[in-house]
Amino acid sequence: MFSKPEKLSVYIDRTITEMNNIGVGSLAIVVIIAIFQGAVTTLQIAYQLISPLISKPVIGSIVSDSSMLELAPTITCLVLAGKVGSHIASEIGTMRVSEQVDALEVMGINSSGYLALPKIVGGLVMIPLLVVISIFLSNLGGIIAGEASGILTSEEYLQGARESFLPYNLFFALVKAFTYAFIITSVSAFQGYTTNGGALEVGASSTKAVVYSAVAILFSDYLLAQLML
Amino acid sequence: MIELRDVRKSFEGVEVLQGITTKFETGKVNLVIGSSGHGKSVMMKCMVGLLNPTSGNVFYDDRDFTNLEYNKLREVRKEIGMLFQGTALFDSLTVEENVEFTLKMFTNMTKAERRDRVNFCLEQVDMIGINSKFPAEISGGMKKRVGIARAIALDIKYLFCDEPNSGLDPVTSRLIDELLKQITEEFNITTIINTHDMKTVFDIGDDVIFIHKGVNEWSGKVNDIKDSGNEMLTNFIKASFFD
Repeated sequence: MFSKPEKLSVYIDRTITEMNNIGVGSLAIVVIIAIFQGAVTTLQIAYQLISPLISKPVIGSIVSDSSMLELAPTITCLVLAGKVGSHIASEIGTMRVSEQVDALEVMGINSSGYLALPKIVGGLVMIPLLVVISIFLSNLGGIIAGEASGILTSEEYLQGARESFLPYNLFFALVKAFTYAFIITSVSAFQGYTTNGGALEVGASSTKAVVYSAVAILFSDYLLAQLML
Repeated sequence: MIELRDVRKSFEGVEVLQGITTKFETGKVNLVIGSSGHGKSVMMKCMVGLLNPTSGNVFYDDRDFTNLEYNKLREVRKEIGMLFQGTALFDSLTVEENVEFTLKMFTNMTKAERRDRVNFCLEQVDMIGINSKFPAEISGGMKKRVGIARAIALDIKYLFCDEPNSGLDPVTSRLIDELLKQITEEFNITTIINTHDMKTVFDIGDDVIFIHKGVNEWSGKVNDIKDSGNEMLTNFIKASFFD
């Protein structure tokens, strides 16, 4: 699929553009999801755990660990599979059905490498960054919800989060993020590149890209948990 | 010069090209005519490498294009320009970026040199002043002209045009025809045009090949078409003018 880039500088430019599209373009949705995810998790954990026998920082500890181990990487990437994945598949699919991919080939450019590689590299760089932001904001959401509802103070939340923090958990979250980033970008690029037909097929490729990416993310989620925890 | 030797192409057992042998001369406008679905586009795709012939060979000035290694194939492709039926301009790039694309990919020109070359190519197709527009913002005829400008941005030797007049009004069609003729003569390139438009054939054609049911049914000079004595070609021409 890939060969030596025709001109490295062009590929670097395209990778930066893709990093902007994937990273900056998805920031708003990631921020919203992460804050509400942390807030809701805090309320639900509190609902299940509030008892004179359990100290309040435990809530912060559970929300913080859940965010890092599962919620931030997996939920964020499932959303990105929808947003980024469908965009990649429909963009490349439209180029395929409107002969733009053929035009690249006739010019002597390796079209699969030219179209897919910058998106994959851009995803591998930006999606883990988005996951790190999501972890941070998820905890922020937890703190805000705890304070707003009077369940626990920010000091209690942070005390719990600090006490249970393991650097390995962050490493695990990043491994997940890299894996999911590769799945989202490569599956979607493949679906787009192999589109045949017209507008209907572009839509079908886009849907397939989201569904296959989501299933692959959930499958690899289980596999990584089994292997690394 | 481009030469086809017994080129055949099958799809799922159906032989769409049944042994095409012909030559396309340098500096001439070579026209490929024939009804829809009889193999013109498949033949062109085999010639530019978008499809691999089932058997037979395509030679670009004695280089066997069908059997070249990938890297050498890419070198030959840099000498090829193609105007697609739907123009295939890159939607996400401006007109200037579209024309500049191959220059950026394959040359070490500075930005200023590239801009000069882009403006030269756009001037050739009479499209000055639309550099910053996107393909969606220009008309079909303008897209065709920009497509031609993009095709000639590198110093190409071979220009392929698939139905260059499709979807255009008669006036714009004639302008595109004139442009293709002028570029062929000015740059001394081998131009191959797929068309149904007999007006194009008689206005700008030098050599003509008539493809019928995947077979090279007739080939010769444009002036000899009317006296070809080939019943299918005569019927095709009559039907074209009747339409």
